[in-house]
Amino acid sequence: MREGLLPKLVGSLKNPYDARAMARFKRTLTRTLPLVGTAVLLSSCGLFEETEQPLTTFDPAGPFAEQIDNLFWPVFWIAVGVFVLVEGAILAAIFLFRDRDDRKEPKQLHGNARLEVIWTVIPALILAVIAVPTVSAVFDLTECDPGAMEIEVIGHQWWFEFNYPEQGVQTANVMVIPAGEEVCAVMTSDDVLHNFWVPALNGKRYLVPGQETFLRLQADEPGEYWGHCAEFCGLSHSLMRARVQAMDAAAFDAWVADQQQPRSFPAEGTPAFEGWGVFQAKGCTQCHTVLYDDEEASVIVPDDAFNGPDLTHFASRDVFAGAILPEEGETREQALKRWLADPPNVKPGSFMPNLALTEQEIDLLIAWLGSDE
Amino acid sequence: MTATAERPSTTIFRRPRSTEGIWSWITTVDHKKIGIMYGYAAFFFFLLGGIEALLLRIHLAQANSEFLTAGAYNALFTMHGTTMIFLFVMPVSAAFINYMLPLLIGARDVAFPRLNALSWWIFVFGGIFLYSTFIFGTSLAPIGVDGVGGIDGNLPPGGGPGGFNFLADSPDGGWFGYQPNAGPLYSSGTALDFWALGLQILGLASLISSVNFIVTVFNMRAVGMRLLRMPVFAWMATVTSFLLLFSLPIIAVALFMVTFDRQFGTLFFLASEGGDPILWQHLFWLFGHPEVYILILPAMGIVSEVLPVFSKKPLFGYSAVVFAGAAIAFLGFGVWAHHMFASGITPVAQAAFGLATMTIAIPTGIKIFNWLGTMWMGKIRLNTPMLFAIGFVAMFTIGGLSGVTHAIVPSDWQQTDTYYIVAHFHYVLFGGAIFGIFAGLYYWFPKLSGRVMDDRLGKVHFWLMMIGFNLTFAPMHWLGLQGMVRRTWKYAPETGLEPWNVAVSIGAFIIALGILVFMYNWWASRRSGELSGLDPWDARTIEWTIPNPTPEYNFAVAPTVARLDHFWHLKYDEDDEGRAVRKPDADEIISELEYNGLNPATPIHLPAPSYFPVLMALGIPIIAYGIIYHEALWGKIAIAVGALISLSALIGWGIEPLEEPHAADEGEHDEVEAELVATAGEEAVMDVDGEEDDE
Amino acid sequence: MTDIIHEPELDHHGEHESTGIENRKLGMWIFLSSEFLFFGALISNYLLYSNRGGFPSPYPAEIYDIPFTSVSSFVLLMSSLTMVLAHNALSRDDQNGARTWLFATAALGSVFLGGQVFEFTDFVVEYGMTLSTNPAASAFYLLTGFHGAHVAIGVIMLLSLWGISRRQGGLSEKHGLNLELVGLYWHFVDIIWIVIFTVVYLLSIPPV
Repeated sequence: MREGLLPKLVGSLKNPYDARAMARFKRTLTRTLPLVGTAVLLSSCGLFEETEQPLTTFDPAGPFAEQIDNLFWPVFWIAVGVFVLVEGAILAAIFLFRDRDDRKEPKQLHGNARLEVIWTVIPALILAVIAVPTVSAVFDLTECDPGAMEIEVIGHQWWFEFNYPEQGVQTANVMVIPAGEEVCAVMTSDDVLHNFWVPALNGKRYLVPGQETFLRLQADEPGEYWGHCAEFCGLSHSLMRARVQAMDAAAFDAWVADQQQPRSFPAEGTPAFEGWGVFQAKGCTQCHTVLYDDEEASVIVPDDAFNGPDLTHFASRDVFAGAILPEEGETREQALKRWLADPPNVKPGSFMPNLALTEQEIDLLIAWLGSDE
Repeated sequence: MTATAERPSTTIFRRPRSTEGIWSWITTVDHKKIGIMYGYAAFFFFLLGGIEALLLRIHLAQANSEFLTAGAYNALFTMHGTTMIFLFVMPVSAAFINYMLPLLIGARDVAFPRLNALSWWIFVFGGIFLYSTFIFGTSLAPIGVDGVGGIDGNLPPGGGPGGFNFLADSPDGGWFGYQPNAGPLYSSGTALDFWALGLQILGLASLISSVNFIVTVFNMRAVGMRLLRMPVFAWMATVTSFLLLFSLPIIAVALFMVTFDRQFGTLFFLASEGGDPILWQHLFWLFGHPEVYILILPAMGIVSEVLPVFSKKPLFGYSAVVFAGAAIAFLGFGVWAHHMFASGITPVAQAAFGLATMTIAIPTGIKIFNWLGTMWMGKIRLNTPMLFAIGFVAMFTIGGLSGVTHAIVPSDWQQTDTYYIVAHFHYVLFGGAIFGIFAGLYYWFPKLSGRVMDDRLGKVHFWLMMIGFNLTFAPMHWLGLQGMVRRTWKYAPETGLEPWNVAVSIGAFIIALGILVFMYNWWASRRSGELSGLDPWDARTIEWTIPNPTPEYNFAVAPTVARLDHFWHLKYDEDDEGRAVRKPDADEIISELEYNGLNPATPIHLPAPSYFPVLMALGIPIIAYGIIYHEALWGKIAIAVGALISLSALIGWGIEPLEEPHAADEGEHDEVEAELVATAGEEAVMDVDGEEDDE
Repeated sequence: MTDIIHEPELDHHGEHESTGIENRKLGMWIFLSSEFLFFGALISNYLLYSNRGGFPSPYPAEIYDIPFTSVSSFVLLMSSLTMVLAHNALSRDDQNGARTWLFATAALGSVFLGGQVFEFTDFVVEYGMTLSTNPAASAFYLLTGFHGAHVAIGVIMLLSLWGISRRQGGLSEKHGLNLELVGLYWHFVDIIWIVIFTVVYLLSIPPV
C-alpha cells in the first residue's frame, strides 16, 4: 500500500472536531457493546440450552455431516469478519462524518483506482481460498463408496419407503442402518419431487420421479436421528418426516433377521384375528402389503399399483404415518386411534381415507397391528 | 416527425382529450401518470402480500398450529411469494423506471408512450387475473379427475370443492411451481392454470416495458448525456431491462410447457411418460436467478443516487459501480443451478456452478465498498432517504454474506430448502430491494407531489422497519440451521423451534406497524407536507433542475448535459483542496430554473392519450380465461372475444390519427398554446407527435 | 440558466435519437433478440426430448417427410427474397412493385403455413402422433406450432400493409418504415426456420 492512502482514508481524523467525534464514537461503542453482548449471551443460554434440537445441522453424527460442518464454520467466520468490517465502517462513517456546522465541506473524491483494485482482488483471493475445499468436498461427498450397503429410498406423498435389496427387507418411515459404516441411499420418487434430509448424517438430496439420486449416509454411533422431507411436495409436505435408527452391527443383523421373517398368522378367535378381518373387510389390502407365514393369507400389493406402507412389521417401527405419530406426550395406542379414526384429519390430503370405523373396529385393528412384536 | 400528410382519410375515433378525471388516467400515455399508477397498484399488492405473510406468521408462532389449514397455508405462501415478486417489487421498479428514467436522462417521455400504457394495463389486468383465481377457483372449478381421492393437494379427498371454501382451490405450488407437483396429475383444478397464465401475462407486460426502456435509454437521452454520464439509476434500469429481455423468453417457454401439460395433454414434465421434472427447474431458474437481479438492481440504482446526495460527495467509483452492476447481470445468467445443488446434478456441474456463484460476490463487493467510499469523509445528513439507503447497504451486506455460504456447495446441501434460505433472500430482497425502494420513495416524493415527506415520521418508519425486519429475519438463519424446513405447515414441538418462531412473528407485526406509519406519512404529506421547492435535497442530477411537482412536459427546454452530476456543477465549484464551494449565485440559478421550468417559451409537443392500449390489454386476460375453460363453450367464445378485442384495438392503434383533427385548424391551435404559456404550464397542450406504431 | 441551452430543434419529442437508429427499428431489433432466446429454449427443449427413447412411438424423427418439408422450407426461403424485393421496390418509390412483392411474400408465407397444416394433419391422422404421444412429439408440436404462429402473424402484418398500400395508392414514409420492420421480423422468422429445419428435421435421429 502506498504511503498516504491510509492517512487519506482517515484523513479527517486529524481534524480536532472529528477527533471529538471519534471519542464520542468510542464512548458509544464501549457502552453499547457489552449490553448487546450480554443480551445475545442471555438469550442464547435461555433459549438454546434447555431445548433439544433433533434436526440441527450443528450436531453432526457421521463423517459426511462432519465434513460439511467443518466447511461451514471457517466460511462463517470469514463472513463474520467481513460483516464486522462493513457494518463497522458504516457505523464509523455515520458517527465520524455526520453533517455538523463546524465541519468543512467534503472533498469531491470521484474514486480511487488503487482501492478499486484492492477491494476486487482481496475478495477474489478469499473466495479462491474457500473454493478449493469446496470443490474437493463436492467430489468427496457425491459418489457413494462402491462397497457400501445400498438402501432404496422411495418417496411417496407423504412418507418414505425404505427397501433393502440385499436383505430383501421392506420398511417405511424408519430407516434402520448399521452404525459406523457407510450406507448408500439410492433414491427415487413414486410421485412428485421429495427431498431426503437427515441433518446429522449428511446434507439433502432430491428424490426425482423417473430418475435415481444417491446420498451417502453414515452414523458413527448407534442412535436415533431425525429426518424430514425438505422439498415442497404438496398438501402435507410438513408432515413427511423420517427417522434413522443406527444400530451396532449385531443389533442390525438381528433386526434384519427379524424383518426377513413373515409375521405369524394370528390365532383364530383372538382380537388380532378379528382385526385382520376388519383390515380385509375395509379394503385396506388394496394398498398395504402384509406377509404371513401362511403364504395363502398374505397380501402383496404389486409395485405398479398404489402403495401404502408395508405393514408386515408395523409393530417394530417406533413412529408411523410419515413419522409424525405418536406426538409428544401421546401413547402409541392413542395416536393409532386418532390416526385410524380419521387419517386425512391428522394428515391433510392423506390417501388413507376416513373409513368411518367404529371404536370397536379400531380397537381390533390396533390389536392386529400390534400383535406381532 | 410531422406527418400530417399520412393521416388516413377516415377518422373513426377522436383521440381522447380529458386532462383530468378518471379518463385522463385510463387513456394517459404520460410516463409519470403511468409510473404513479404502477406505484399505487404495486403498493396495493404489497399490502395483500403483507397480509398473507402476517397470516403465515400468526400460524407459525405456534408448534403444530391449527390456525390455518394445510391448503390455506400452502396457498398463502405461494401467493405471498408470487405477489411480492411479480406484483410488488417488479412493478414498483417499473414505477420508478417509468417515472424517473425520462427525467434522469432529460427526455419528455419514453420512446413508445402508447406501448408504455399497454404494458401498464397488461400488468394490472394480469394481476387481477392472477388473483381472480380465488373467485374462480371455488365456484367454477371443474371437479378433480383423480381416482384415489385427494391425489390433488388442493381439493378435499374425493374430488371437487364442496360449498364455498375461500382458499380451497388456489395456487399452491409455490412461487417456483416445481413439477410435477404443480402439474396436471398432482394439482388438478384450475388454480395453477391461473398462476401459469397470470405469470405469462405479467411477463408480457415486463417484456414490452423492457424493449421500451432500452430504446428510451439508447435514443432519448438529452444532448450531452453520454452513457457514462447517466445517473446510476438509469444504468441499472437499462441493465434490468436487458435482464428481462433475455430471461423472460425462457420462463415464457417454461410456462407454456406447463400450460400445455395442464390443458392440452403434452407430457413435458410427467416423469412416468418420459417427461423431465428437472428440466422445469433448469428453465425456471435460468429465468429465476436473473430475476433476483431484476429485483435488486433498480434498488441498487436508487441507493447509488441517494448516498452521494446525502454525503455531499460524488458517487465513489462511478464507473466501477456501473460496470459491477452490468457484471452482476452478466454473471447472473451463469449461476442458475445453484438453486439445484440438491437435485442430483453431476458433481462437475455442482462445482462449476458453485465457483460461478462465488464470482458474483466480487462485483457485489465492489458496489458495497464503493458505497462506503461515497459515505467516507463525506458530510452525512441522516434524512429518511439516507437512512433507508444506509439500511440497504447494511442489510444487503448480510444477505450477500449468507449468499456466499450457499456457494459452498456442501454447506448448501444442509441449508437449501430451510429457513436459512428464507432469511438469506429476505435480507437481499427486503433488507435490500424494499429498503432501497423506500429510500427512493422518500427521495423522489417531491417530484410527484411538490412536497417533502415528514422526516420525523419517516424516521419512526425506518426504525420500526429496521428493528422489525431484523427481528423477523435474523432468527430465521438460526431456525434454518436448526432444521426448520421451508414451506412447512406444521413443526413438531420437540424440534425446539417455537421460541424463535414467536420472535419472528412479533417482528413481522413490527414491520406491519412501520408500513402503517409510512402510509399515514404518505397520505398526510401529500395533503399538507412541507413544500419542497425545486431542490429540497441539494441534489446532483438533472431531474432536480425542473420544478416540483414535475410539469406534464417534464423539461420546458430540452436540457443539455455537460458532465456527470450536471445539476451539482451548476451549483458548486471546487476549491484548491477539491472541497465543494457553493457558487454565490447558486440560489439565483435555482430560482431561474424554477421559473423557466414553469414557463416554457415554445409550444411543447407531447404524445396524446389513447384508448387503444387499455383496450388491447383488456383482450388478453379474456383470452387467458378462455384457455383455462377451453373445454366449455363459453371458454371458446371468450378466446374469440378476447382476440377480437385485442385485434380491433391493434387496428385502431395502427390507424389512430397521428395528430388531433384540430391541429389542422391553426387558429385554435395557436390559441391553446398561447393559453398554455399564460397559465404557466400545468396543462400542456397535447400536440400529438411522434406516436409510435408497434407490431 | 448558464448551462441549459435553448435548442429549439430538440424541443420536439421523438426527433432526437442518440443512436441514429429510428426508435421503432431499434425496438424491433431488441424485441427480436428476445425472440431468439424464446426459440432457442424451444429448440433445446426438443433436442433434449428427441433422444429419450423407450416411450410410445412414433417419434417425430421417424416420420418426417424430408422432401416435402424441404419444398416448404424452400418456399419460405423464397419469401425472404420477395420481401427484399418489396423493400427494394419501395426504396425506388415503385409503389406497384412493392405492393406486388408484398403480396407475393404473404402468399408464399401462406403456402408454408398450408404445408405445416398438411404436415400436422398427416402426422396425427396417418401416424397417430399427437401432443400426448411422447414428450418428443409434445416438444415438436410446441416448437413448430409457435414458429407457425409467428409466420401467421407475419402474414397478417404483410397483408395489412398490402391493404393499406392498395387503399392509399402507395405506402407513405411512415408505412415505409413499417415495411422495413415487418421485413426484419419476416427475415427473423425465416432464419429461425432454417435452424429448425437443419437441427430438428435434418440432424435429428430417432432414439434407438
